[in-house]
Amino acid sequence: MKASGKVTIVAGLLLLGSLAGSVVLLRKIDRMRSHASLEEVLYISSPKALKRLSLGYDGLLADIYWTRAVQYFGATHSQGSEHYELLAPLLEITTTLDPHLLVAYEYGANFMAAKRPNGAGQPEEAAKLVERGIESNPHEWRLYYNLGFIYYMELKDYPKAAAAFSQGSQVSNAHPFLKVLAAQMAQHAGDAEMARMLWTTTYESTQDHMIRANALAHLRALRVDQDITAMEERIEMYQKRTGKLPESFADLIQSGLLPGVPLDPLGHAYKLMDDGRVEVRTPDDLPFIEKGKPLGYVPPKVPKFLPSD
Amino acid sequence: MPAIEILGLEKTYHVGFWRKQAKRALHPLQLTVAEGEIFGFLGPNGAGKTTTIKMLMGLVFPSGGTARVLGGSISDPAVRAQVGFLPEQPYFYDYLTARELLEYYGQLSGIPGQERRQKVKAMLERVGLGEAGNVQLRKFSKGMLQRVGIAQAILHDPKIVIFDEPMSGLDPMGRREVRDLIEQLKQEGKTVFFSTHILSDAEALCDRVAILHQGQLRGVGAVAELTANVQGKIELIWSGTTAPAALKAISAELHVSGDTVRAVLAEDRQESALDILKQSGLRLISLTPVRSSLEDYFVSQVGPDKISAGAGS
Amino acid sequence: MNRRVLHIARNTFREAVRDRVLYNLIAFALLMSGAAILVGQISIDIERLVVINLGLTAVSLFGVVIAIFIGIGLVSKEIDRRTLYTILTRPVRRWEFITGKFFGLAGTLLVNTLCMAVGVFAALLYVSHRFQRADGWVLVALYFIVLQFLIITALALLFSAFSTPLMSAVFAFALFVVGCFSEDLRGFAAMAHGAEKWLATAAAYVIPNFSALNVITSVAHGQPVSGQLVLYNTIYALIYVLMALSGAVLIFERRNLK
Ligand SMILES: Nc1ncnc2c1ncn2[C@@H]1O[C@H](COP(=O)(O)OP(=O)(O)OP(=O)(O)O)[C@@H](O)[C@H]1O
Ligand SMILES: [Mg+2]
Repeated sequence: MKASGKVTIVAGLLLLGSLAGSVVLLRKIDRMRSHASLEEVLYISSPKALKRLSLGYDGLLADIYWTRAVQYFGATHSQGSEHYELLAPLLEITTTLDPHLLVAYEYGANFMAAKRPNGAGQPEEAAKLVERGIESNPHEWRLYYNLGFIYYMELKDYPKAAAAFSQGSQVSNAHPFLKVLAAQMAQHAGDAEMARMLWTTTYESTQDHMIRANALAHLRALRVDQDITAMEERIEMYQKRTGKLPESFADLIQSGLLPGVPLDPLGHAYKLMDDGRVEVRTPDDLPFIEKGKPLGYVPPKVPKFLPSD
Repeated sequence: MPAIEILGLEKTYHVGFWRKQAKRALHPLQLTVAEGEIFGFLGPNGAGKTTTIKMLMGLVFPSGGTARVLGGSISDPAVRAQVGFLPEQPYFYDYLTARELLEYYGQLSGIPGQERRQKVKAMLERVGLGEAGNVQLRKFSKGMLQRVGIAQAILHDPKIVIFDEPMSGLDPMGRREVRDLIEQLKQEGKTVFFSTHILSDAEALCDRVAILHQGQLRGVGAVAELTANVQGKIELIWSGTTAPAALKAISAELHVSGDTVRAVLAEDRQESALDILKQSGLRLISLTPVRSSLEDYFVSQVGPDKISAGAGS
Repeated sequence: MNRRVLHIARNTFREAVRDRVLYNLIAFALLMSGAAILVGQISIDIERLVVINLGLTAVSLFGVVIAIFIGIGLVSKEIDRRTLYTILTRPVRRWEFITGKFFGLAGTLLVNTLCMAVGVFAALLYVSHRFQRADGWVLVALYFIVLQFLIITALALLFSAFSTPLMSAVFAFALFVVGCFSEDLRGFAAMAHGAEKWLATAAAYVIPNFSALNVITSVAHGQPVSGQLVLYNTIYALIYVLMALSGAVLIFERRNLK
């Protein structure tokens, strides 16, 4: 009269077994298809047609393509591949489907424009993407900022960068800093200080954790470069005064040139080398630094800036 | 070995959106059906007959208790092969013809090919559907469906047949045929267990009956045994247009039609009733004893104004 | 195979045929021939592309709708109409009923898909006048579509084992849509954090993976499908069907028929 015990046991075991089996197979299939499924974006010759085909669900489809873009970039990045050819089409499709998805433009400005291996190395395309964004969202100061950022950082086209910043500063609610950036562009183009202002603005204004981590890594690198430049000046002064190189930071502190042992942005003490150079202790954790790398240092294939790294 | 043993089967349904509300459809039921007998399962609407039968057939799982059929469990396919079942208001695949349906059921019951074809043909004749064998069931009337239902229940020559209201939807001729069929089945040595509202059928057919009311068993036994305990009644008819108040008080029924009055009352009130009539100077036309029937017993057990309250419970 | 399972499967197939389920083929044939004639007139380069895309998408959608609607009818309708009473009181076990129904419907869908496949190839022949080697990949895409149908049928069966027909249809259709984005869902899950991540990952692995079973676009472009994918997808689909059917049996064994 009750449900048969034997059937229950057999069906239960089959259920558990097949559940486990399906997970194993899914992992195999996913690994095999990691990018295969994305490659179909290459067949989408017209994102506008896709928008029409989405039957009005273009917002949802945009979100899906946006996640695909982030996933694609993250996965490719952590695999150490330098090829991001799908990033541009993915972002283009995303922004065609939803032209108001600001984070997608911001992402393009930061990762499509950046040089390899940190980005796709396509600054011109990135600038075009952001310009299209401005057309659809003329009241978003952030887009002007992103455009100026690309011109300044990657294309080194300072007049265009200045123009973008000053245009952006006229938008209502614009970050007051845009005006400052526009004004200083003429005099201070190329300064480390300028770069710092830009990265700080990016860091403070973005909502995206990957963009923020990237900005933070650049800010850290700028500080390391500044610190080491300052320290090298003191060492030179010491050498002039005493005729020899300092043996440790203690020598510099005793002679009043340094208030204490200096720490890098990650809280590690800098290393004073025998030849008078200053090095950081964990170069892998400080990507983008120009100074302070050990002699003959080979950076890891993938810059470590993602928060999960 | 009894054909069917119901050992404390009970059922509580949980109703309402959250299934919080408990509804007792059947109190623990104890019942034995002997092999070879025709057993009637009686009770008013909602008494729990169908619920009991569905538990017996393994379609619904009981809240407690068990049942044994032919000494085994109904969950055993070998036991089910020995049982034929007609559900209440049967409904079948209506895209099949009667012949195809019986063929299919024969296959599921494991009847081999050649034998199956013969059996199906004979069975269609037996339930009076010889003509309609090749008609799709969606074109069948209610009574014809009931006949198909009976045919499928006995197709595989089971030892026990369980019918839930076999007479419902049938015309008087059909009811007579089913009655004859049940009797034939008994002759063939089968056990028949059926539920019904039609007491005259039960009275005419059954070796034993059980009466169920509000999920509780109110009486089991042979019809004669059950009715023996019911108090007899008499019918009085006199001429006149009114009944004396004293007579009204002791009558169970009273009808005035034209210039005669008819009253039904308990046997033991006969003397006092005649006295009242004599005193009032009314002329008695007839006095007849009323044979106590299963219906009286049934009403006495489940009726709204239970004359002998508590009996059998 | 078990005799009773076979009989139930055959009867299920007969039901589908008599219920005129295969009539959808007429609509499909009209669609394909109309498309072939139209495309043949307007475009030269992409005619094959359009015929394959349109044909396979139509096969897939027609089939999914049919799989869900007759799939639901499998159990829900039989419980509703009580046709099951006279089946389950015979020497038929409940799991045999579920399995038989599954095979019957799978057979119906297979026949249906075969007919539609003939239509797709006829349209292809019409537009390009001869078959090419790349057309072989269309067969693989069709095979994957059949695998999808099997999964959906098993799911429809699972839902109808405990839910009303309408709710079962809604559940099954929702799972189909979500399953088409299952790879993206696993992407979402990978991006989540903490407890959410676990929940999302678990959900993303339980829903059926229809993403990898949809190769229509790449096949339309004449891209080959790797043999390994064919193998993995086949095993995956069979395992998933087994899983859904086991679930259906577990529920159905305990079910009180109303
Ligand atoms: N699936 C169910 N859910 C809830 N309650 C139920 C269910 N089936 C039956 N009941 C209740 O159980 C009680 C007994 O019903 P059952 O169908 O057994 O009566 P019956 O004796 O067959 O009546 P009838 O002569 O009208 O066929 C009724 O009160 C009914 O409302
Ligand atoms: Mg009933």
